[in-house]
Amino acid sequence: MKLVPLEIDGQAIEVPEGSTILDAARELGVDTPTLCWASTLTPVNVCRVCVVELEGARTLVPSCARQVEPGMKVLTDSERVRTSRKVVLELLSSSVDTSTAPTLRAFAARYGATPGRFGPVAPPAGLNERDAARAGHHHSSDGACAESVHQPRKVDNQLYIRDYGKCITCYKCVEACGTDAQNTFAIAVAGRGFEARISTEYNVPLPDSACVYCGNCINVCPTGALMFKSEADLRDAGNWREADQTTTRTICPYCGVGCTLELTVQDNRIVRVMSPPEVSVTQGNLCVKGRFGVTYVHGNEPAGE
Amino acid sequence: MDIHPISTPPTPDEVEAVASVVGPAGPLVGPEGLPATEARRHLLLPVLHALQARVGWISPGGLGEACRRLHVPPAEAYGVASFYALFSTTPRPPRVVHVCDDVVCAARGAGAVCAALETKLGPAGSGEGATWLRSPCLGLCEAPVAAMVTVAGKAPEEASWSVRGSAEEAAAELAAVVGGASAPAREEARVRQPREGLRLLRRVGVVDPTSLDAYRATGGYRALERALQMGNDAVIAEVTASRLMGRGGAAFPTGRKWAAVASQPARPHWLVCNADESEPGTFKDRVLMEGDPFALVESLTIAGLATGCELGIVYLRAEYPLAHARVQGAIDAARAAGLLGANVAGSGRAFDLEIRRGAGAYICGEETALFASIEGFRGEPRSKPPFPVEVGVFGKPTLINNVETMMNVPAIVLGGGAAFSEVGTAGSTGTRLFCLSGHVRLPGIYEVPFGTSLRALIDLAGGVPEGRSLRAVLLGGAAGTFVGPEELDVPLTFEDTRRIGATLGSGVVVCFDDTTAMMPVLQRIASFFRDESCGQCVPCRVGTVRQEELLARLANRRPHGGLPAEQEMYRELSQCMRDASICGLGQTASSAVESGLKRFAGLWEGA
Repeated sequence: MKLVPLEIDGQAIEVPEGSTILDAARELGVDTPTLCWASTLTPVNVCRVCVVELEGARTLVPSCARQVEPGMKVLTDSERVRTSRKVVLELLSSSVDTSTAPTLRAFAARYGATPGRFGPVAPPAGLNERDAARAGHHHSSDGACAESVHQPRKVDNQLYIRDYGKCITCYKCVEACGTDAQNTFAIAVAGRGFEARISTEYNVPLPDSACVYCGNCINVCPTGALMFKSEADLRDAGNWREADQTTTRTICPYCGVGCTLELTVQDNRIVRVMSPPEVSVTQGNLCVKGRFGVTYVHGNEPAGE
Repeated sequence: MDIHPISTPPTPDEVEAVASVVGPAGPLVGPEGLPATEARRHLLLPVLHALQARVGWISPGGLGEACRRLHVPPAEAYGVASFYALFSTTPRPPRVVHVCDDVVCAARGAGAVCAALETKLGPAGSGEGATWLRSPCLGLCEAPVAAMVTVAGKAPEEASWSVRGSAEEAAAELAAVVGGASAPAREEARVRQPREGLRLLRRVGVVDPTSLDAYRATGGYRALERALQMGNDAVIAEVTASRLMGRGGAAFPTGRKWAAVASQPARPHWLVCNADESEPGTFKDRVLMEGDPFALVESLTIAGLATGCELGIVYLRAEYPLAHARVQGAIDAARAAGLLGANVAGSGRAFDLEIRRGAGAYICGEETALFASIEGFRGEPRSKPPFPVEVGVFGKPTLINNVETMMNVPAIVLGGGAAFSEVGTAGSTGTRLFCLSGHVRLPGIYEVPFGTSLRALIDLAGGVPEGRSLRAVLLGGAAGTFVGPEELDVPLTFEDTRRIGATLGSGVVVCFDDTTAMMPVLQRIASFFRDESCGQCVPCRVGTVRQEELLARLANRRPHGGLPAEQEMYRELSQCMRDASICGLGQTASSAVESGLKRFAGLWEGA
């Protein structure tokens, strides 16, 4: 394999051709924040939190998608990089409910983000109000409050909820539902600009859409916008107690594929099923049975109850 | 892929509209045996246009039929339909009048016109059988206020025109068109400067743009003949020698682009002409396409043959119905005369052209977004590299140039690159089209050699009206910068404008006189970028909102935490947008606002 020499923060390194700057930075132990990147998904480089300074480039470049070239000189912690990362995190934190996004919050703290400087967060939109926005039209505000995507969650099935007030539009769920994993295409990005949102066709409820409830979107969501209903219910009741939870890895009991399940258990009940992306069998992807069909272990109760 | 169908059935009209693009119901296998998914996705935008034009909106039944015929998942098709401002995914009356309230029209009274219209008809979007909507720049800036009417039905209609008279008179005229009257005929674009020395505009207004014979009688198609004699390499060598630079805004050397595409081993090569002129204040490409469409077709034929393309796509904004008709007419006439098709001018070589229409999205003027739009996806740009010369539309090497850039080609082929470069300056060769609008006596399109001063250009357009003085010029469009009266001697070249921190952009010169309140101008620009952001990357998607909010606070004199805090916030915000946005839209979305806040004293204090 051909190796490509480059320099990151003054340190020389050689990485295989086709690697990204992010790969090289991680190789050197440089901790680079990412939100829309995942090892199992095609980079979309939309969150811009991983940007780095590349000598000779007019703008910063997304390290997650930019492939290494011989002789590149990269800075990962320059003033320009820090400012852009900070502002990106401020823009997200001021417009999105990050209460279940600990990673994003940690990044925001690391870069000294002060989202409050855009003003108090505007009141939430009504249910489905943002879904009715027309491309190219918006109502201008008086600037007193920072506009946000806050809105009531969509609850239209017993298995998982969609809380788009927590959505940073990172495209991960769309990719997981589409060609990167499931090939179901139940959701896509609709609308445009600040009104861009994840949606089924015409915002129909999930049971009327192509959704097959594989939950692979939940597995990749970085902010808790997509969540097991069992988890959301416990959180609503103030009874989601991470300190009292255990995580158990096991193999799905259904078919012969042998997907790895990661069960979150609280009070001797399975409250969430994830799958680790680093396991090569299905890279974090499950089907509806593995994801949601495990409650039989609790006895004769309907799914999700 | 299994497609989960939309259960709502289409109406017969919708079935017919989809079939008008896709053909009668047939097997789900495309041309060349490609699976339908790959072969037909690119028809999505034309199919959505057909549905919108037939029934006035994209209904679930209509979209479902489109998805069934094109084998596109409904959620994705909905994502595409809801991306474009000229498509509606909720019921909309068949008759819609779009009224421009963008920067130039606003400076010339669009606000009062819209207010009067609202009094007459109710707010934008209301009404049963017909309605009106506010619109971003419609590219009729030389004769504000601009309007466009679209009528859906079996025989759809569309026309744009200039509304005249007082606000009351203008509103009455608009209301009449909303009520069913035909749009008043629009004047042909005029050249208002002495004709001697004109290159690009020499036929505009004097040669019948609908006649191939008239075009040939004035030297048309001599360049193609010459190019075929010269051969590809020699044509590219002349374009390189001319030092022609792209006129779309990025000023990339055209010859280098052509050579790069020609040398790509991958096939096919695609030619794309960017006719999605949407920069507020820009109308030059519209004038060229309306006034000399055969010259564009000839230029594209030369470019396509020289770089090994057999097919070219003209991506034309939907707000230009007359330009569309003229270019389509020129393509049809050229094909009928054997100047397009399997055997171009008897050369034994094939080249043909097709028009694809945008649907109301400024971002689709960005080349990679334009490709995505043609391919039937949302008009979202992607990171470069790879560049279009290697990976362009349909993933193939693509030559993409703007209309004005292409229109320089016949003169280069006929006169040689060296002669071409004798006009202009060393760094900026040839002539350049400028769109003069706002507070000037003779707004319109002007062609001057590079190096002409901004002052001389404004004088050519008659200067600012009697008794007023110039406050500022918006140079380069909404993505450009404000230039003050003290900078009018800047020679209009790529290099000199860069020196003063400005840009020629798409050739926009909007003049504002001393009576103009600048804050509303900045607010309209900020609002424009918020509307036109594709929404993909965070700096642009949220940054354009925060920028608009800041201006609202300044206008209301209610800054958060004092002015220094706001200034520091905006310095960092604009830096992030410039540095970390994916494409040129986000990177320049703060450019004019930032320069305006710097230039006009008191704006920070709400003056």
